[in-house]
Amino acid sequence: MLNRYPLWKYLLILVVLAVGLIYSLPNLYPEDPAVQISSTRGDVSLDERQLQQFTSALSEAGIEVTRGEIDSSGVLIRLADAEDQLSARDIIADMVGDDVVVALNLAESTPGWLESLSASPMTLGLDLRGGVHFLLEVDMDAALEQRLEVNASAMREMLRSERIRYRGTDIEGRTLTLQFTSEEDRNAARRIIATDFPDFEYENLDEGRGASLAMTMTEQTVNEIQDYAINQNLTTLRNRVDELGVAEPMVQRQGPNRIVVELPGVQDTAAAKRVVGATANLEFRLEARPDTPDIETESFEFRNNEARSATLMRDVIITGDSVSSASRSFDENGRPQVNINLDGTGGTLMNRATRTNIGRNMAVLFIEHKTRDRVVIENGEEIIEREPYTERGIISLATIQSALGNSFRITGLDSPTEAAELSLLLRSGSLAAPIYFVQERTIGPSLGQDNIDRGVLSVQIGLLLVVLFMLVRYKVFGLIANIGLAINLTLLIAAMSMLGATLTLPGIAGIVLTLGMAVDANVLIYERIREELRAGMSVQQAIHAGYERAFTSIVDANITTLLVALILFSIGTGPVKGFAVTLSLGILTSMFTALLVTRAIVNLVYGGKPVKKLWI
Amino acid sequence: MRQFDFMGKRRLAFIASAVMVLVSIIALAVQQLNLGLDFTGGTLVEVRYAVAPSLDSVRQLLENAGFRDISVQTFGAANEVLIRLQQAYDDNVGEQVVGLLSESGDRVNLVRAEFVGAQVGEQLRDRSGLGMLVALGIVMVYVAFRFQYKFALGALLALVHDVIITLGVFSLFQIEFDLTVLAALLAVIGYSLNDTIVVYDRIRENIRKSRIDDMTQIFNDAINMTLARTLATSGTTLLVLLALLTLGGDMIEGFALALLVGVGVGTFSSIYVASALLLTLKLQRQDLIPAQKEDPEAEELP
Repeated sequence: MLNRYPLWKYLLILVVLAVGLIYSLPNLYPEDPAVQISSTRGDVSLDERQLQQFTSALSEAGIEVTRGEIDSSGVLIRLADAEDQLSARDIIADMVGDDVVVALNLAESTPGWLESLSASPMTLGLDLRGGVHFLLEVDMDAALEQRLEVNASAMREMLRSERIRYRGTDIEGRTLTLQFTSEEDRNAARRIIATDFPDFEYENLDEGRGASLAMTMTEQTVNEIQDYAINQNLTTLRNRVDELGVAEPMVQRQGPNRIVVELPGVQDTAAAKRVVGATANLEFRLEARPDTPDIETESFEFRNNEARSATLMRDVIITGDSVSSASRSFDENGRPQVNINLDGTGGTLMNRATRTNIGRNMAVLFIEHKTRDRVVIENGEEIIEREPYTERGIISLATIQSALGNSFRITGLDSPTEAAELSLLLRSGSLAAPIYFVQERTIGPSLGQDNIDRGVLSVQIGLLLVVLFMLVRYKVFGLIANIGLAINLTLLIAAMSMLGATLTLPGIAGIVLTLGMAVDANVLIYERIREELRAGMSVQQAIHAGYERAFTSIVDANITTLLVALILFSIGTGPVKGFAVTLSLGILTSMFTALLVTRAIVNLVYGGKPVKKLWI
Repeated sequence: MRQFDFMGKRRLAFIASAVMVLVSIIALAVQQLNLGLDFTGGTLVEVRYAVAPSLDSVRQLLENAGFRDISVQTFGAANEVLIRLQQAYDDNVGEQVVGLLSESGDRVNLVRAEFVGAQVGEQLRDRSGLGMLVALGIVMVYVAFRFQYKFALGALLALVHDVIITLGVFSLFQIEFDLTVLAALLAVIGYSLNDTIVVYDRIRENIRKSRIDDMTQIFNDAINMTLARTLATSGTTLLVLLALLTLGGDMIEGFALALLVGVGVGTFSSIYVASALLLTLKLQRQDLIPAQKEDPEAEELP
């Protein structure tokens, strides 16, 4: 029979709708701006009376409090307006002593049963809500030193293959010094090296017994290395905080050697730091042979076992910035392993180093850069001085089974946990130069309240206009299309919430625009039905033919657009990627609602009934 | 229903298109795009007030002084303010801003002023460009497979036409081009493609159905049949965009404008670039006959 759906189709639609509803629901319970008051010591407890004092002080200052709560960790005061958050904190901080910490917080208000289904709301973007601001400093000296190490390794390799004997290498500042036993050796080395390394200024030093060659990096090269280090770190950090491109962070260079990372929605700096990730670095080196001269080796402890150590070559094969990805999996025998992918140059270097060294061990050295605060007294004032220090430890020592290339694996790990940890360490070490956290602050929204209000209003009016237009033009069918539109919006929001997308003002405008375009499928169908009616078809036949004939148009048009979105997703980065995600989701949900949901409603209303005239 | 002779005016439309594209290319070549803070970077100024200021008045003051693309945020505390400006960094910007802000009698101290880099890295730019090219290539292959290669050529040309003209408007009037405008441009591509395929679909259907050989007539019929749909869809989209443009404030203005231009040009190009080009390419009924076999299959999909 025409225009009837089998039961399973209705059920399928209902299931999708239910899931959509559940996962979009948390957005109705947005996170409240709040002030968290907790004591640094366990013995100072905060009670109901203090809460009363806080709230009355806040309302005196004209700050609207929605709710105050007391739990084991302290007092949480939820505020009506995010703009008041900072002044509320200042007011309360003045009222309490030093042993109490007053911090900004975003308190979840999602009901427990939704949380248990791991449904959570979308975060509001930096423009609407603000977030947390980190200032990171790139250690340029370390970046230079690292580059000089790599160059020194390559030079030593060259000298060895040319059979020129050298006594040692020294790195100081931006100068690399090679010591030789005789002037002839030095001069021969200079000839060979200078052709391959044009970025240095060469100088012969003759002091004491031997002859040395001092190579100083040119100013231009130093700048290039610094730019490279900053840009590489920017890219790595961007990818870390925004894997899908929908998190809307801000990552930009500030000043000559700093990077700003702003994350929307989070105000808890500890949680945000975990997202930004470890600030570590890696070096892949061969283990020294027993007969290797001491001058070419260095000894390191293992990171997870300080009693164990290994002697490694000084030569660095590649550093962490060549690692493009690392993941854990299982080998054919079900044993845990870690897969590593390198970039192009990294792969070439790795291949060159390993193909002649099969059977030797290769170590991965994890270099962590930390700072500790030291209080120094200067001119009678206490000044906190930040002192950087470095921890080096071996995280993996494995035998080279064959010549390695762009992608290889580390096997022989004891447990899946070890594999997971190793891959995490490898990923977090993929920075071109060490970075330190310098400053962390919360920041307010970048848009004024006035601008936000106007934006939201315009979006509401835009949506209303679409709904009215459909009603006026297609009457009953317009109503059905509008129901479809509401379902479409619900599904879209559910999908975006599940992906952890961040909502910015342009993002909201984009969603409404998607809805404006999503009516296209319905319009195509309804215009076709009208046309078939004019051509003299019966009502049921016209509905059937309308859906049927509009089908190819809808599918062709949407699949082409979907193709564009998929390619932009796989190739694009950052916001382009994020846009592609939203666009594809919008296409899928609008196709689902237009082709299945509105059809189901039409079938329920008209299907199999003797209808004389359609209100379309 | 009244029938319009769309194809009869195609020479005029070709000239109009050519002029618009030419003007756009010249504008882009001569004065490029007026790139926003997202792309150029600028200066970051951190100031400390004695008393927490109103952020709106800070914004207003800076705007009146002629600074462009300003973002003003509280920074850690209510009386510390972080300002980003699209002003090329020099040693005086910080002092200049502080001087300006303290004119109204507030006590303002400069904490620091530094340059900030672009939010959009080179990697994003290069890879997005590559992504566009690959996307265009794949779309051409798909359209050639589903329709015919002449259609693919038309669709591609229409897309390029729309993107160039939209960019041209932003360049000609030196309207700020930021990340939201880039997103809008991507949406224009989606919209334009969608619109073109819908018209193409009807042309293909009519060529197969009709017994006449007058392609101009078939094209006119197809476009007239889809006209109601085109107007309704563009209509709803334009309604949304007009609401966003007139009421939305600075942040969505560029976004709405880019789409407004793009949707307008996109609708025009579906008819006069994508479709009219098929006539110029001498599309024959025979061009579509091999594809006829797969058609019944496609319609039986659920």
